[in-house]
Amino acid sequence: MDFTPHTSADIGEMLSRVGLASIADLFGHLPERVRVVGDLDLPAGISEPELVAAITALAERNDDLVCFAGGGHYDHYLPPTVRSLNMRTEFVTSYTPYQPEVSQGVLQALFEYQSMVCAITGMDVANASVYDGAGAALEAVNVAVAATHRNVIWVSEAVGPQVRQTIATFAHARGIAIVEHPIVAGVTHWNPDAVGPPAAVVVAQPNYLGAIESYGSAVEAAHTRGALAIAVVDPMTLGLLRAPGEAGVDIAIAEGQPLGGPLTFGGPGVGLFAVTEGLVRRLPGRLVGTTTDDNGRLAYVLTLRAREQDIRREKASSNICTNQSLNAIGVAIQLAWLGPDGLTEVGRQSAQKARYMAARLTTIDGVELAHPAAYVREFAITLPVAPAVVIDAMAKEGILAGIDLSADYPELGNGLLIALTEQRTKEEIDAYIALLREVIAHA
Amino acid sequence: MPKPGGSAASSPLVGGSEEPTLKEISIPGRRAWSLTPLDVPEIELDLPEKSEGRVALPEVSEHDLVMHYTRLSHRNFAVDLGAYPLGSCTMKYNPKVCDWAAEHPAFRDLHPATPESSAQGALAVLLEAERFLCEITGMDRATFQPPAGASGELTGLLLMRAYHEDKGEERSKILIPDAAHGTNPASVTLGGYEAVEVPSNDRGMVDVEALRGLVDDQVAGLMLTNPNTLGLFEENIVEIADIVHEAGGLVYYDGANLNAIMGVAKPGSMGFDIVHSNLHKTFATPHGGGGPGAGPVAVHDVLVPFLPGPLPEADEEGVLRWVMPAKSIGRVHGKHGNFGVVLRALTYMKALGGDGLRRVSERAVLNARYLEELIRGPYDLPYDSPCMHEFVASAKTLKKSTGIRAMDIVKALMDEGFHAPTVYFPLIVDEALMMEPTETQSMQTMDALANALLSIADRAATEPDALHAAPVNTPVGRPDEASAARHLRVTWRSDDD
Repeated sequence: MDFTPHTSADIGEMLSRVGLASIADLFGHLPERVRVVGDLDLPAGISEPELVAAITALAERNDDLVCFAGGGHYDHYLPPTVRSLNMRTEFVTSYTPYQPEVSQGVLQALFEYQSMVCAITGMDVANASVYDGAGAALEAVNVAVAATHRNVIWVSEAVGPQVRQTIATFAHARGIAIVEHPIVAGVTHWNPDAVGPPAAVVVAQPNYLGAIESYGSAVEAAHTRGALAIAVVDPMTLGLLRAPGEAGVDIAIAEGQPLGGPLTFGGPGVGLFAVTEGLVRRLPGRLVGTTTDDNGRLAYVLTLRAREQDIRREKASSNICTNQSLNAIGVAIQLAWLGPDGLTEVGRQSAQKARYMAARLTTIDGVELAHPAAYVREFAITLPVAPAVVIDAMAKEGILAGIDLSADYPELGNGLLIALTEQRTKEEIDAYIALLREVIAHA
Repeated sequence: MPKPGGSAASSPLVGGSEEPTLKEISIPGRRAWSLTPLDVPEIELDLPEKSEGRVALPEVSEHDLVMHYTRLSHRNFAVDLGAYPLGSCTMKYNPKVCDWAAEHPAFRDLHPATPESSAQGALAVLLEAERFLCEITGMDRATFQPPAGASGELTGLLLMRAYHEDKGEERSKILIPDAAHGTNPASVTLGGYEAVEVPSNDRGMVDVEALRGLVDDQVAGLMLTNPNTLGLFEENIVEIADIVHEAGGLVYYDGANLNAIMGVAKPGSMGFDIVHSNLHKTFATPHGGGGPGAGPVAVHDVLVPFLPGPLPEADEEGVLRWVMPAKSIGRVHGKHGNFGVVLRALTYMKALGGDGLRRVSERAVLNARYLEELIRGPYDLPYDSPCMHEFVASAKTLKKSTGIRAMDIVKALMDEGFHAPTVYFPLIVDEALMMEPTETQSMQTMDALANALLSIADRAATEPDALHAAPVNTPVGRPDEASAARHLRVTWRSDDD
């Protein structure tokens, strides 16, 4: 295929205008040593039908599994209305709205995204998105370090392992120490004697094992030590659970994929990032505000730009430039599609199905809940056999059984994390339970 | 009268009234949602930390929702509407077949925790895209975890740190040219290093003698864009890399301008050790109003053990598996990076193949060279070396003679139906206008764009007031940005306070 419009007549005319004889002359000034000799060792271009066939062949190497896995990414219903609006070409093929006069659509959509993120989290200000849930956690840690001039972070072991690993990767370079706090009976035990004082206390709500944490303990552990309380939340539980902003949390973050985003193997998702008013000047990334134009008309613009890397360079609050605007717009459209009652209904159905499933799973010999704490729509069980064996066997029958916890939480033994959404039917749940019973019996 | 070749000027944004917010449209009791009734027996949910009351989200009908977002989309310029010569951003056409690939249910509905055996297609996508990238850049292996260019930069810096630490060395400084993108110094700070600026010479290239003076055993590496941010190929690149290597440092390629050199020159042959690519620039994935992008990082053999992981690899039976590199710096993304963006990029690379990718760069450079020639005269060209895929013009002379600034020019260009070029960057050029037409614009489009620019330059002398007042053919005119920061209103909630 070729997406360039040049005819050979065009090329001839353009070359003559710039005073060159051939295309090769365009690169005549490059040092000989760096030039590619001959062709790249790559396949030749193909036609669009051949391309469609090649991509289809790759797609067919994936299995279509009924999804009971979560861990931050969930298989919720994605309405065609939401997806088709989100994929409007004006949103998809525009750049960052640095020129507000021709970017009012994206700017207003992001302003409304910020507003709705604040509505569900109870926070004062949200930015226009960061990369993903883990990236949001990293940015939150950086805000806390800058705000407190401290370099210790307290993190619950029940914050997702991949989130903790991402924070650790970057913390090392800046000499930030991560102190992990243990899980007792499913929830975090904040060890008062841990090394500190911390810049931040990071808790997940619900936590990675599905348990509902006490906001009070986490916020108290933070605020009594002059630290910021950071909460990683599951946005689809916010119609049921207390908003982090009402619980005294300083920075609320989330992986926003469950809201209006497809799974796409875990990316692109979107990092929701919301703070209390006092932290607005430390926000990473872009922020949309309102003003008026030269005729007094309402206009949306990127604001507090002096925080950002293209202005502040090495003193910027973050290095983030490209973010996840398109996914953020998807979050907003989905939240507007759901409204207050739809958000609560998704949470309610997911939670009810989780209870239905957990009650029946634990009738299987050797299957138990991994902890006694209350949960919403995700829960951990322990199995009498290795989770990997169960996951592989069930995948062969068309079911993604969950996430193997044995490497990240060895203290649980054969831990398996199971997530429910409103999409899982009673029939699918019953089939899962029957299959698991069989797999365990034959293991 | 319609012209052959069509028009890439677009003014779909003229007129139209302000679109209210969803909150203003909302009426209690309206709804768009539709969910299947609960099909399991309901029990009482006894939840701690239970919410009280309803979440303050808007309540709208499905048609309200559709009208709202469709109207918003009408208030936005886009590549699919017209020419977007935004320098450094590579606003090329984003092929629709790549959208189709990313929406394929077998990829779209794939959970990141899917076991390897059921995700062979996805792992194959990553491996195949890696093969393309490594061949284009002259590197050995790549990670697709970094979700954007800036994240790729930071990943590159962590790789440098890991490399030096592995040798038992601690180094503190990273060298960056004064014309670098702002993400470079910001990433350096986050990477725990100090940014040291390398001056450019009067030809717009790295000042090699100054570089020699700055290099010492504290230098962990150098970050460089090539072609540089002035659109010029660093003629002394091999020497520059040698100087840094001799001091024990590594050389990092900021791939923002990779669109100029595919199949023409490889960063690996120039002496670079680490290369990030912006899939949302060079590989035609859409910018999405600011993202998502993807910033994969490719490295030479010596750095492969440090790459973020896990990486996909084929075992003896040809089954693809996740493998953690021996001395990996760890994860830089919660899952596998922006996979959907990688899939789009692979679709694009497969469509074009090695020959097509080279053609992309040849025509990107030809277009820039042609546009530069057309506007020469009224616009200054401060660094008059042959440009690559973009060039930096300046309105310095125009400003002196007429008072019209680069900002006035780009706002007037919007009235002609074109997106603005990048303004006031790089910082080392006064009244900078950075233009990157990309290979997907036609000669006719560049003729029209140049005519618009030349006519604006003429009008600068005859009707400066009109240019100061531009744009007028857009949904809003120039906003008062200072007031936005002074009277901060960043959610609709603040209206209730």
